[in-house]
Amino acid sequence: MESLEGKRGLPRIKPPFPATHGLYNKPTVVNNIETLANLPYIVGRGPEWFASIGSPPKSTGTRVFCVSGHVKQPGNYEVPMGVTFRELIYEHAGGMRSDKPLKAFIPGGASAPFLTPSHLDVKLDFESVAAAGSMLGSGGVTVMEEGTDMVWAALRLMEFFYHESCGKCSPCREGSSWLVQTMRRIVAKRGQMQDLETLVDLCKNIEGRTVCAFGDASVAPIMSTLKHWRPEYVTLIQEAESANLIKLEPAGVRH
Amino acid sequence: MLKEKHATEIEEIISRYPVRRSALIPLLYLAQREEGFVSEAAMKEIAGLLRLTPPQVYETATFYTMLNLKPVGKFHLQVCKSLMCGLAGSDTVIGWVKTKLGIGPGEMTTDKLFSLSAVECLAACGTAPMMQVNEDYYERLTEETFDRILADLKKDGTCSLKTGPFMWPEPANAVKGET
Repeated sequence: MESLEGKRGLPRIKPPFPATHGLYNKPTVVNNIETLANLPYIVGRGPEWFASIGSPPKSTGTRVFCVSGHVKQPGNYEVPMGVTFRELIYEHAGGMRSDKPLKAFIPGGASAPFLTPSHLDVKLDFESVAAAGSMLGSGGVTVMEEGTDMVWAALRLMEFFYHESCGKCSPCREGSSWLVQTMRRIVAKRGQMQDLETLVDLCKNIEGRTVCAFGDASVAPIMSTLKHWRPEYVTLIQEAESANLIKLEPAGVRH
Repeated sequence: MLKEKHATEIEEIISRYPVRRSALIPLLYLAQREEGFVSEAAMKEIAGLLRLTPPQVYETATFYTMLNLKPVGKFHLQVCKSLMCGLAGSDTVIGWVKTKLGIGPGEMTTDKLFSLSAVECLAACGTAPMMQVNEDYYERLTEETFDRILADLKKDGTCSLKTGPFMWPEPANAVKGET
């Protein structure tokens, strides 16, 4: 709505909600295109027909999932809600690209926390994915094979969030910048053990402290990779320490 | 000046909206189409057209990364570098640009034909790696298709490989050399 009004794309403080004060301060209905695409079928064939597909009670109907990453046939697949990730990845998307084992996957876009192979039999519906500690979100399923550097993956996503942060709220604007700098340092093998605490501390100070949900979303990659693959962070930092790259130097030393 | 050259189009754009300021982003696009980027002169002119102050135009123009505020090449390559394309080899694509054109992100060839940006997600994760050239998408890039795109752009100014869709199942007339 801000863009449509010719302004910077910053979130509005709610309430008032768009339904009463939206575009040009007039009542405005905002719907996802996916919702609108479902409507003709629900109107035409009836809500009972729609509800008979998928995973009742809450996740009925079909959804389009965009499978990307290390699979043989990435692309968009429309499946009934409630099929498992195993079916989506190994049957529809053709399985792993190099037939390596799966290491991690993101179930619902960049904002959804990473999941592990032990979650492959989780059903693709809102409740099941939430129970597994993530979210179905946009339906962008990204698959990573064995050998993927999870710290690198989290950094790539964090760079995305840093770039996309609109800058309205300080925790998100400044915090995403600090997170990227700290992550780059760790990936470049110049990290310190206390950086891990800094990361968690920063994440906790962004989450829940912003106007829109973007701040909450931006901490998901780092928090979830720290939860499942903390040893990878530790290894990178230990390599930095053993290489002695971060030896403190007195100020004013010339190189 | 935009006004003299595109008077009818400008009128049509402004007439679409109940509030003049809403025409701002479409007009910035018009300016970009004209010069390849949005110049300060264009921003001042648009401010006058929409009865805004120049800073009001500038604050909007600087927010949207699809608007170039500096000159770019005739063909502006925008290679997606987010995670999903990264997993599929976007760094390799940026490497091809470096070896074939000699430019890195933020640089332009001396003949001003090509410039490169590494950009964030362009919403084509299922057909990664991908790039946008000016306003066209080129998806599921391989070195062979990439070479063909560069050659066609140089020769014809466009390339038939643009905007796909390159989805599974493969169409019968699939592009040769795609995996």
